[in-house]
Amino acid sequence: MLRFLLRRLLSLLFIAIAVPTIVFFVMRMVPADPALVVLGDQATAESLAAFRAKTGLDQPLLVQYGNFVSDLAHGDLGDSMISGEPILDQIAAVFPHTLSLALGALLIGALVGIPLGVLTAVRRDTWVDFGGRVFALLGFSFPSFYLGVLLLLVFSVWLGWFPVIHTMRGDSVAEYLNKLALPALSLGLVQAAYVTRLTRSTMLEVLNQDYIRTAFAKGLTGRKVYYKHALRNVLITVVTAMGLYTGTILGGAILTETVFNRPGLGKLLIGAIAQRDYNLIQSGLIVFALVIMVVNLIVDLSYSLLDPRVKHA
Amino acid sequence: MSESTAAAPAAPATPQRRASLVRLQMLVADRGALTGLIIIGLVVLIAALAPWIAQDPTQQSIINALKPPSAEHWFGTDEFGRDVFSRTIYGARPALMVGLLSVLVSVAIGVPLGMIAGLRGGWADTGISAIVDIMLSFPPLLLALMVVTLVGSGLPVLIVAIGLAHVPIFVRLARSSTLLIRELDYVAASRTFGGRDLHILFRHVLPNIVGPIIVMATLSIAGAIREEAALSFLGLGVQPPNPSWGNLIRDGVTTILEAPWLALIPGLCLTVSVLAFNILGDSVRDLLDPRDLASSALKKGS
Repeated sequence: MLRFLLRRLLSLLFIAIAVPTIVFFVMRMVPADPALVVLGDQATAESLAAFRAKTGLDQPLLVQYGNFVSDLAHGDLGDSMISGEPILDQIAAVFPHTLSLALGALLIGALVGIPLGVLTAVRRDTWVDFGGRVFALLGFSFPSFYLGVLLLLVFSVWLGWFPVIHTMRGDSVAEYLNKLALPALSLGLVQAAYVTRLTRSTMLEVLNQDYIRTAFAKGLTGRKVYYKHALRNVLITVVTAMGLYTGTILGGAILTETVFNRPGLGKLLIGAIAQRDYNLIQSGLIVFALVIMVVNLIVDLSYSLLDPRVKHA
Repeated sequence: MSESTAAAPAAPATPQRRASLVRLQMLVADRGALTGLIIIGLVVLIAALAPWIAQDPTQQSIINALKPPSAEHWFGTDEFGRDVFSRTIYGARPALMVGLLSVLVSVAIGVPLGMIAGLRGGWADTGISAIVDIMLSFPPLLLALMVVTLVGSGLPVLIVAIGLAHVPIFVRLARSSTLLIRELDYVAASRTFGGRDLHILFRHVLPNIVGPIIVMATLSIAGAIREEAALSFLGLGVQPPNPSWGNLIRDGVTTILEAPWLALIPGLCLTVSVLAFNILGDSVRDLLDPRDLASSALKKGS
């Protein structure tokens, strides 16, 4: 167990160093001159030079990298090139919205996907199974942003149940959840499709195992076998996979936040790309990758805690 | 696999060719696969015949702005009075082009790298796997976004960006399959007879991993089409006035109160096309390996 943990942490450390490094150098490969992009064609040579001095762009590349790493190690992501505000503050302000969106989507994915997956496996080759599989296939194919547009159209524009514009100011908990519902649903239903499919196939595999046959042979009821013996083993696989889908969910959040015009990490990143705010793009990408990395680590660790076979491997 | 298929003595074809013929017949006989193939065929046909069935997709006519669907404009017109039917038809072109070509890029880079990592092990494996691990810490959309930010938008950039973003899946697939095949007796036998790496890769490994690669490629086309639409939706893919289903949905959202069909119809075309590739991929997978459902569902998460 200790060796597994050490190996995981070591590889995490490697990625944690590699990702910011790669993002840093990739961003420096941008053909355009950031000073010119930010200040415009009309900028004087003096103002360009002043901008470069202020942002450290006049330093040699390796010095810039050294400063970047040292700042990053101190939790300083630098300032936005456009607004001059500290990037950490900007990210901290919107991060809770992305987090709640991702958690909401995960929750919907689990609450819809796991029961549906179990049901389709237990009722294999019936119309329930067929319906569940069609749902999964559709969910697989629906781009989450298009699903978002559909939900917005039906529930906000036509039925008026939810707000069309998703500002996040002065919200009570109920209001916040009301604004979270549709975005979380558009991401969560796609997630539910993955979970349904995975739960179904894992459940089918588990139901083929000898110990399930033994349980039936002992005279246990179907319900007891399915929910006590089978589901527990299915959940280990499904929960792990759901953790790994977090990356996909965060990627989807970029789109969902754009569709619903909802503040968040994705919206911030897209805004930064549109404004060519290279510092903010760089930090946004790093934060995205780090969050996904941490989630993967948590999943890995919880997996080894849940499944004794991994602990002793 | 095909080696074990016994051919009838009078059969004109080799056992391998017979086996692939049988698979092709099974594919056509499978209702799901056939449905997928027919839809894909239709989309390809529509994209190819676009100049003959559609008008100029960029021609504006401000007097005709935001007209509902009619005999003249089947899908209505957008805020510039452009014919949305024509724009939707032409929108199939970037979707298919990016979908098919980007997966070629992923396969061409990912499969050789994965096979080398699996066969050689050691430093090659450590290095390749490290790069893949780093890439996998970004969702594919974010990776593609990074490339587009760096180089700018445009069809070739989209193809390369989305193709690169899917490379890790193919590296992993090829690597894990190669690891399994490497240990088989006939590979050891081939080595004993002096078989070199290249010979082993092309003669023994590749033929045995072609099946899973085709399945993954078909499903990746679906993913790539979705990602092209996503990037265009974000304004970072196909640039207006050129139509793509993604930027049509984006335009449609801005006029969703007055003309909801502008977003709905291109989105439907997008979803149906993605669905067709998913159905085809699923059917091919079931045909090739009906027992391997769980692991393939897992792989799909990335």
